[in-house]
Amino acid sequence: MGKIHEKYLRMDKMPHIWCAGCGNGIIMGAFINAIDRLGYDKDEVAAVSGIGCSGRITGYMDFNTIHTTHGRALAFATGIKLAKPRLKVFVFMGDGDAVAIGGNHLIHACRRNLDMTAVIFNNHIYGMTGGQFSPTTFKNKNATTAPYGTTDPDFDIAQLCIGAGATYVARGTSYHARLLTDLIVKGAEHPGFSIIEVITHCPVNFGRRNNFESPAQMLLWQKEHGVAARKAKTMPLEDMEGKFTIGELYRSTEIPEYLEEYGRVIQAANEEKKQ
Amino acid sequence: MGKKRFNVTVDRTICKACGICVAFCPMSVFTTDHDDKAVVSVPERCTGCRQCELLCPDFCITVVQVEETADG
Amino acid sequence: MAEAKLLSGNDACVQGALAAGVRFFAGYPITPSTEIANAFARELPRRGGIFMQMEDEIASMGAIIGASCTGTKAVTATSGPGFSLMQENIGYAAIAEIPCVIINVMRYGPSTGLPTSPSQGDFMQSRWGSHGDRPVIVIAPYTAREAYRETGRAVNLSETYRVPVIVLMDEILGHLRERVEFRDEDLVQEISRKGPEPGRPFLPYENTEDGVPPFADFGTGYRYHITGLIHDETGFPTNNPVEVDTTMRRVNGKLELHRQDIERTQFVDADDAEILIVAFGSVARSAHEAVRTLRNEGKAVGMVRPITVWPFPEDDIRTAAAGKKAIIVPEMNLGQMIGEVERAVAGTVPVHALNRIDGLLITPHEIRDLVEDLL
Ligand SMILES: Cc1ncc(C[n+]2csc(CCOP(=O)(O)OP(=O)(O)O)c2C)c(N)n1
Ligand code: SF4
Ligand code: SF4
Ligand code: SF4
Ligand SMILES: [Mg+2]
Repeated sequence: MGKIHEKYLRMDKMPHIWCAGCGNGIIMGAFINAIDRLGYDKDEVAAVSGIGCSGRITGYMDFNTIHTTHGRALAFATGIKLAKPRLKVFVFMGDGDAVAIGGNHLIHACRRNLDMTAVIFNNHIYGMTGGQFSPTTFKNKNATTAPYGTTDPDFDIAQLCIGAGATYVARGTSYHARLLTDLIVKGAEHPGFSIIEVITHCPVNFGRRNNFESPAQMLLWQKEHGVAARKAKTMPLEDMEGKFTIGELYRSTEIPEYLEEYGRVIQAANEEKKQ
Repeated sequence: MGKKRFNVTVDRTICKACGICVAFCPMSVFTTDHDDKAVVSVPERCTGCRQCELLCPDFCITVVQVEETADG
Repeated sequence: MAEAKLLSGNDACVQGALAAGVRFFAGYPITPSTEIANAFARELPRRGGIFMQMEDEIASMGAIIGASCTGTKAVTATSGPGFSLMQENIGYAAIAEIPCVIINVMRYGPSTGLPTSPSQGDFMQSRWGSHGDRPVIVIAPYTAREAYRETGRAVNLSETYRVPVIVLMDEILGHLRERVEFRDEDLVQEISRKGPEPGRPFLPYENTEDGVPPFADFGTGYRYHITGLIHDETGFPTNNPVEVDTTMRRVNGKLELHRQDIERTQFVDADDAEILIVAFGSVARSAHEAVRTLRNEGKAVGMVRPITVWPFPEDDIRTAAAGKKAIIVPEMNLGQMIGEVERAVAGTVPVHALNRIDGLLITPHEIRDLVEDLL
């Protein structure tokens, strides 16, 4: 990592608690690379996380950090951003965090389009609580709460966010670390709510139960199943079976950013006051 | 211009022996020791692609370009 | 000041909060608190503040905590069902020591209950509603004038002690409109949390002598960590038993250290009374009226009214109760505050309950009748 991590991580908190080979560390690396590229002042960055293995990320990064309650990171972040718009606000959530318990907050954050960037660590499992299935676990997988295989259909997080009105939606993986940094940079630069879903791996609570022998094998799976969005457009549908697109999936500049709109409220209120 | 050379180091004290660097270094620079921790075995093969740095979840690997010396 | 206004209790809360410097509100509409959200929506943008209608009460609590992290004074308002949903994040604010104010306009009953009827059913929930031990200050005004002043005080206490403060209103108090004449003592001052001392190393959860660590607003150059996990003085998680014990005792003990500043109790003809009524909120209006008419008839009755209901003013109750013939605790619930009164007097004076749970206010008449029975 060169020395970048020494600039952005709280080195006295290292090594982190994540298991050997866990994707969370890779995502944290890709994120601080993005911050370095963006050139943001550390004092001006607020990092907000929920509860889960992924949520622990805020403890390791040297910004204004807050580890909130399970599923509610976006609500806290909304308050921070609205009260101090100058801050660059980043939100980190697990898949359970973001689309199970926090699903309601997620869709409303997408709808409002407040200028923040959310990174969702989609490891398709509840890592922290020991491997229960999540809303993104694929069918017929093993989980501690699905000893006979999962039956629930799974969410496509990126599509869900597009449907809910997010104005920048991208999907990366922990394998494509460089791409992930690019996507985070673009998301942060986008004026509005941006979502980066990261397909990542939990070797301990997902991999071991589902025939992945090593973290490397799980990364290999990402490499083989992630198809660049641009390329996917030209591919026959059957070739995309079981695969997923990566890269920038959606961007719109038509919907105004929330605080810009709120500026109009303040203006109208002041005009009324004068009268 | 000669071939660029790189110094690859692994901080053994924090390596969690996950095997990712070993599996993904395109030049097979790494092997493992008795604890399955990563060892830089063939540094001269390194092309400086930094894949190992980016994929190590524990920030243990550093790849630094070696300054060319006059007779290098 | 001496300025007269026609104000509802709910409007008065808003005015008091604004006077104390509140510039952020996040909430979700619920009867009988909705007028509070409506008023903030109108007033905050005029003052450069933010009004936010969130997707639910959980998010509303999260948003005001977030806003408060930046140093902005923040409030939410709700009623029963929403208050229940807020409990997890109220616990968060308590352990992470983020100032914030929650106005709970009580409605009757569990679940959806009787949305347009008053009650005092959340007396215990306001104190104990979150899991784990957590500190909280709860204030219960009984007039619109007091709702103004006490909401302002709630904001200031929450800033001073880095603690969530709940303003316990009820449907009657929220909706009644009163002519309020503000006097100088109603003036709400703006008090803000203390910040880090320049030149001194900043410990976000320092075990200070006064029990209240300094607060660094996000974006002011102090990069530190806030978490709902039990943390040490640096703010990072710990499970070291000594550190856990230190943090939990400081966080839960700090209000005890400042009881004198936090407590506010009204005594009405209590000294020479034979019968003492202990009441809060709108029930205390009836009690006050009963005392007035009984005194006119020469009957020795008085009232003690906790304005700060939590921490419960045990000493005030105990002192006022000494030598009395009986105590009456009228409540619009099945008996919640009465347990605290009994604990305070510890069997030295008989304590009588007067409960109404039909969605109607206990009348002065009912209180009078019981007083006369006991005299
Ligand atoms: C309200 C609440 N319910 C349940 C939990 C227990 N819990 C902690 S983390 C977690 C799920 C974590 O899964 P995910 O969000 O996918 O994050 P990961 O650990 O996989 O990164 C759960 C259910 C909690 N902390 N709070
Ligand atoms: S349980 Fe899974 S997600 Fe959590 S740290 Fe371990 S590998 Fe990572
Ligand atoms: S930089 Fe590339 S070639 Fe060099 S050790 Fe790392 S992965 Fe191998
Ligand atoms: S990737 Fe990092 S932690 Fe894993 S074996 Fe290599 S050096 Fe060790
Ligand atoms: Mg997960």
